[in-house]
Amino acid sequence: MSTAVSDASQLKFRDPLAARALAGAIERVTREIGRERVSVMHVCGSHEQAIARFGLRAAFPPALDVIMGPGCPVCITDVPEVDEGVALARQGVRVATYGDMLRVPGSAGSLADARAAGARVDAVYSVSQAAELARRSDEEVVFFATGFETTAVATAAEILHGPPRNFSVLSAHKYIPPVMEIVAEMPGSRVEGFLAAGHAATITGSSVFESFVERHRLPVVVAGFEPLDILAGLLRLVELIRDRTPRVENLYPRCVTREGNLAAQEQLWKVFRPLGGRWRGIAHVPNGNLRLRDEWAHVDARRRFDIDVKALWDFAPPALVQQCICGEIMSGRESPSACRLFGKECQPETPVGACMVSSEGTCRIWHQYGGHPDLGRLWAGADR
Amino acid sequence: MCLGVPGKVIAVDGSMATVDFWGLRKQVRLDVVDVPVAPGDYVLNHVGFAIRRIPASEAEDTLALYAELLAKEGPGDLMAQDVRGELDAASRSRG
Repeated sequence: MSTAVSDASQLKFRDPLAARALAGAIERVTREIGRERVSVMHVCGSHEQAIARFGLRAAFPPALDVIMGPGCPVCITDVPEVDEGVALARQGVRVATYGDMLRVPGSAGSLADARAAGARVDAVYSVSQAAELARRSDEEVVFFATGFETTAVATAAEILHGPPRNFSVLSAHKYIPPVMEIVAEMPGSRVEGFLAAGHAATITGSSVFESFVERHRLPVVVAGFEPLDILAGLLRLVELIRDRTPRVENLYPRCVTREGNLAAQEQLWKVFRPLGGRWRGIAHVPNGNLRLRDEWAHVDARRRFDIDVKALWDFAPPALVQQCICGEIMSGRESPSACRLFGKECQPETPVGACMVSSEGTCRIWHQYGGHPDLGRLWAGADR
Repeated sequence: MCLGVPGKVIAVDGSMATVDFWGLRKQVRLDVVDVPVAPGDYVLNHVGFAIRRIPASEAEDTLALYAELLAKEGPGDLMAQDVRGELDAASRSRG
């Protein structure tokens, strides 16, 4: 691994005793399950960041596999969606998007490539900043909107707020609950439970997972982002697996309620409708994409512009991309270390796949912090 | 892009609030938060919008992670960078 951010000095819990007790309990319960391997999945880039940054994998028992699933919104944005953004930019429309999207490769280059070739592409931190760009000029500004429901709510609010006439949205927003079904049903899936992301659940509420649990008989635990939150969430998850009592538990009540943020949900569904579509490298996900409803056609870039992606498709994708296993990594079937490009041809400065681009991509996080650090040394560091 | 950031409400002006993030004051939109927000409240924010009022008794627990991330940010710390990105998402305070 390139950088040693996650060395022993970084592993400092605010309460090392509590952390050690939780880790001990996770190990005991995992042993009680009595199988060689127990696999659970989280679906949030920020969870993976916290696990890697605080060296938490060193505290997990070897029999417990904590896998990152499709939790990086930038990574699962599909190639044709990136192509739409690139095509718009090349057609002379000003495109604003979240910074991580700029270097995500489409089938004929990225938005950063388009910018280097003279297109107007802006990195913004929020949809409001994109609307502000439109307000300050006469040119057409398209916000290439990515992110899960937490982020889609902001896009919806901006649209309801009444953006300027020269502003429109190219939505690549994604909705997490349906993809959990896909991952759970994948042939050979070893996932026995899910750790749900705290802040997405702030919007949807923990109840959004209830029908999933009923259908798949797999437990879902909502957890926060503190190292202790994650350990407590995992402990509850392995307990529910051991006891064969699949249900939804909310271990992050300070930010998540059962019903969620109803005002946010109302705005979300007023503007967006769920639509099936591909998630990059994973599968077609029924109801996994959020698209603008018909009444918002006037702010929908797909209806406002004739987006000519076919003009981009005369190019063959670079050969390296075909060796990229981002899809397997995002669906939890492989880890970055199984990719022959990881850390070699594929680096943060020269990413081959989307997982190496985003700060929430599994490969980028593992590359930055180190995925499987020296277990004994790290865990010993918690006592200091 | 999944991580919200908590801050303390300093002032409310219609659908905007001035929120303090570790000494940095920013304007945050209140369009989607589901309960009334008043000065002194803590809110969780994402891409420039408050998404939840955090119960006062829980604010300290919620803030601790972020304070630690920002205080101990090393080079290439993706999580701390994402937190800073969230702060950049809120517009600069007029006050």
